Amino acid sequence: MIISIASGKGGTGKTTVAAGLAASVDPPVTVLDCDVEEPNLHLFLHPAVTHSEKVIAPVPEIDPDRCTLCRKCMEICRFNAIAVAGKTVVTFAELCHSCGGCSIICPEKAITKKERVLGLVETGTCSVPGLAFGQGLLDIGQVMVPPVVRRVKTHGAGPGGLTLIDAPPGTSCPVIAAMKDTDFVVLVTEPTPFGLNDLKLAVETVRLLGIPHGLIINRAGMGDDAVYDYAREKNLRVLMEIPFDRKIATAYSKGDLIISARPHYKEKFKQLYNDICRLADDNTGAK
Amino acid sequence: MKELVILSGKGGTGKTSLTAAFAGLAPALVLCDADVDAADLHLIMAPDIQQTHDFVGGHEAVINQEICTACGTCFDLCRFNAVQAVDNTFRVDTLDCEGCGVCVDLCPEKAIDFPQKTCGQWFVSNTRFCPMVHARLGIAEENSGRLVALVREQARKQAREKHIDLILTDGPPGIGCPVIASMGQAGAVLIVAEPSVSGIHDMKRVADLAAHFKVPAMVCINKFDLNPGQTREIEAIARDRHLEMAGKIPFDPAFTRAMIQIKTLVEYDEHCPAARATKDIWHAVMAHPAMAVDRLM
Repeated sequence: MIISIASGKGGTGKTTVAAGLAASVDPPVTVLDCDVEEPNLHLFLHPAVTHSEKVIAPVPEIDPDRCTLCRKCMEICRFNAIAVAGKTVVTFAELCHSCGGCSIICPEKAITKKERVLGLVETGTCSVPGLAFGQGLLDIGQVMVPPVVRRVKTHGAGPGGLTLIDAPPGTSCPVIAAMKDTDFVVLVTEPTPFGLNDLKLAVETVRLLGIPHGLIINRAGMGDDAVYDYAREKNLRVLMEIPFDRKIATAYSKGDLIISARPHYKEKFKQLYNDICRLADDNTGAK
Repeated sequence: MKELVILSGKGGTGKTSLTAAFAGLAPALVLCDADVDAADLHLIMAPDIQQTHDFVGGHEAVINQEICTACGTCFDLCRFNAVQAVDNTFRVDTLDCEGCGVCVDLCPEKAIDFPQKTCGQWFVSNTRFCPMVHARLGIAEENSGRLVALVREQARKQAREKHIDLILTDGPPGIGCPVIASMGQAGAVLIVAEPSVSGIHDMKRVADLAAHFKVPAMVCINKFDLNPGQTREIEAIARDRHLEMAGKIPFDPAFTRAMIQIKTLVEYDEHCPAARATKDIWHAVMAHPAMAVDRLM
């Protein structure tokens, strides 16, 4: 089973929930931080990294001795990553999506692959027994996020095991890459106008993917009640509420788990997991 | 003309609430919401939309089943695993299609169409303070970086036409494609940090990104009193990296109350400590030497 934790809006508590759930359910568990632009889970779980690998994308390198300046590579490239300027062909690695079109179309076999590093994937173990950890880290200045997310996901527990995925915020390609092919999505929101607006977008995204899902309302009591009306109207199941609590906020700021600040949350997270298993099995979610 | 971009790395540190408050403090500006994935600024600015435009993004491959001979060439060529084999036919999963067109160009039967997609909308609006350019990216769409570039370009156009010298841009979270698209040629970025292990980690990454693209960066701290030790650490990091500290704002539930009443923090209560701190930050930011340089034409 793969559970992803997502939100639409950033800063609503995805990492708090992912770390709390990972440290509370019965092992073995694998938890993966797929917010590769800003991964934070390691700050709460303090993994010992045992393996690290670079995520590499092929980009074209052109052999000027073979190139006849026929421009076919430039014409097939939809991303403007190749330009013919005078008697040379210029490539822009940062624009390349690694589709391979240029090397396939080149009649002179003048294009070979060069490696571009997009980021890093690290795996390891945590002090919590039976908890395996993985995360991606996008290199500064790189834009190709989905390949890094997909590589992190290859380190899941596999069939039969439990994998938790901490997803990035938003509703576009990085989030889709994180949530795709997961069995259940936990949406975390806060009861404010911004939280609700972005939750609506996240619900649309999850329903487009057809994945069963439920809602956690974090910092309950800090805003208004509109999110509850929305949940009722959309038949969106509220799985858990975490009240606004300065002790939890302080623990978070220091990198402590919610179950350290408020130990009774361990039982709540176990219950949450049981509820998710039941809802994922029903395969109905909140449709 | 100059542009200030509000960023944070981490989401939820207060970018949009601060952007809205600043909008009410500047004598003349154009607002630009560059968080096209999950735009929220309109919830406080209540824009009166004057113009609505479609955002036409990339192309996507569609196999014409009448012509397709199921030879499987597209399946073999696609590097994004977007072509799926189902019952001796092939289909393109639109969520996975990168829009590279390799299958379209190389299909021996020319059986693949490549229509351009409408990926969202963008708007030019009036607000109670100033003109505003904002957008809405379609659910699960790509090309958010291109839409960010588009709204920033349109904000510059508004500023030119109306002879306004300042653009204030609410940026997206993260450090990826939309963030990079939001900061090129900006006069400066203001990083809104929060005193937590995550806030510090993410602020460093976005400061690295600004340095990578040579955009001057300033820092302010929101909710600074929630963890004074971490606040001191942020101040030390800013000093080490020569990032100007523009100020710090105390934790204040007025931020949320203002949002619920569709007001900026300053409109809600201009005398509360958070509003006073916000005004000081705005004046410090505008006094920064980077904001005296016209980087935009």
